[in-house]
Amino acid sequence: MDISSVVETKVNEDIPEFRPGDTIKVKLKIIEGERERSQTFEGVVIRKRPSGAGASFTLRKVFQGIGVERTFPLHSPRLETVEVVRKGRVRRAKLYYLRELSSKMAKAKVKSRAKDELR
Amino acid sequence: MINGLIGRKIGMTQVFTEGGTVKAVTAIEAGPCAVTQIKTDAKEGYSAVQLGFGEAKQLNSPERGHLGKLDLVKHLREFRVKDVSDIDLGHRVDVSLFQPGDLVDVRGISKGKGFAGGVKRHHFAGGPKTHGQSDRHRAPGSIGAGTSPGRVLKGQRMAGHMGNKRVMVKRLEVVEADPDRNLLLVKGAVPGARNGLLEIRKSEVRG
Repeated sequence: MDISSVVETKVNEDIPEFRPGDTIKVKLKIIEGERERSQTFEGVVIRKRPSGAGASFTLRKVFQGIGVERTFPLHSPRLETVEVVRKGRVRRAKLYYLRELSSKMAKAKVKSRAKDELR
Repeated sequence: MINGLIGRKIGMTQVFTEGGTVKAVTAIEAGPCAVTQIKTDAKEGYSAVQLGFGEAKQLNSPERGHLGKLDLVKHLREFRVKDVSDIDLGHRVDVSLFQPGDLVDVRGISKGKGFAGGVKRHHFAGGPKTHGQSDRHRAPGSIGAGTSPGRVLKGQRMAGHMGNKRVMVKRLEVVEADPDRNLLLVKGAVPGARNGLLEIRKSEVRG
């Protein structure tokens, strides 16, 4: 038996396809004691890790001048929805170089993908 | 009641709990096992069953003779059973023996580490990394007093061969047991490399 076939990952229907460079909005279920609420996090996808049940992705945003990165497990039941806000066009799979850039530069690097798709 | 199985380590992965937290689990291909020999108080002086696991293509003639008309199996392991009177030869056990939430002990051969120093083998702290130290970074330090006793005490922890040894990990939680696929998921790590042979037993309940 192969390890990749052991745990079935329930594919969340609400998660569309997205790529590094895309800006996405994640809605997350948060459990505080008894209460349950939703939290959103919007940012640029700087990496995707495809590895079966352990697949994850990392979002980066700049909040009040400070870079914030957050990694989410792709198959987490706490992930409610994922919405692609803007499709980006980048030339790398891992966008770690955005960390060294100013937010203005970073925005320029992540161009819109819409133009290419029209062509 | 037979309280154990023979299995094979598939590898590690993770599962999500209902609350959304991740649990690291080891996947084990466990059973099905057939009883290949019954040992009794009258004959062997203790009661146990011998279980067989894995399909064997070729066995030598003593092994075939031992198994008789039973299926040819690759691995044999013994499991102590209090009462063997209601167990027949060829009786099959599978992973339905375990339920999620049960605690199991898993035994296997640990990965060989070769000749390992004290830092790796016994968690020695090693020497200081700075302040003019040379060649002392992973040294064991003093191994005893001087003229009296004039020898190194027995059992002194030193460098030596590490791993490739029979090891048991106790009280692992069963996360999933699927008799259709002969699949067992236990929380945490299990000794040995992938494809290593494992013995899985129910943990004894202590007061």
